[in-house]
Amino acid sequence: MIPDVRLGTTDIDVAVELAALEGLGGGAVASFTGIVRGDDALIALELEHYPEMTLAAMTGIAEQAAARWPLLGLTVVHRHGRLAPGERIVFIGVAASRRGAAIKAMQFLIDWLKTRAPFWKREHRAGGGASWVEPREADSQAAARWESRA
Amino acid sequence: MTLDLVYFAWVREAIGKDGESVEPPEDVATVFELIVWLAGRGGGYAEALGQLDRLRAAVDQRFVAMDAPIAGAKEIAIFPPVTGG
Repeated sequence: MIPDVRLGTTDIDVAVELAALEGLGGGAVASFTGIVRGDDALIALELEHYPEMTLAAMTGIAEQAAARWPLLGLTVVHRHGRLAPGERIVFIGVAASRRGAAIKAMQFLIDWLKTRAPFWKREHRAGGGASWVEPREADSQAAARWESRA
Repeated sequence: MTLDLVYFAWVREAIGKDGESVEPPEDVATVFELIVWLAGRGGGYAEALGQLDRLRAAVDQRFVAMDAPIAGAKEIAIFPPVTGG
């Protein structure tokens, strides 16, 4: 199984991604979709990234998931650039024979993508203000819980 | 030794450019020492690089700890903790 890892600026067709994973013959597909929140007068979320490194870092995380759980399919799509509230930022889909592996691998993938892929979010607000998103301690803790599993 | 530096997010904004080539002195051996040397330039460098606990780094496109050696490196990136996903 070779993970399907993509980086782009266009919208993610979740139905198409899920259908591909559901067609792999397994009994379980778990997915996560990250969406730009529309709170606090947010008008846009801008994602900067490290072009020479991002796809390799995402692929490394996907390969970790594939090594830890018996998976039939794994899709990770992450967007960069300027996104409006309600737009999809990231999609993670995992197909496996049984739900345990699919759900755990999906959680692992989003926890590590948030803390180990070179993206930086900036929030643009009505009125012209913009601020870089600060890392959340809860995200670090969520990522760290997978550390002890080699 | 010529090093290509790249900066991201508010590190890039405070320094005022997205990257540059530098020739650090020979006694600069680690990422930590490189950052301290750069911060010594003052101005935007001092502002961007003054708080080491707010910084992360990559050597040749791999995340590293601050005590990582820079010998043989081609590209070093300095940036805030990542916030993707």
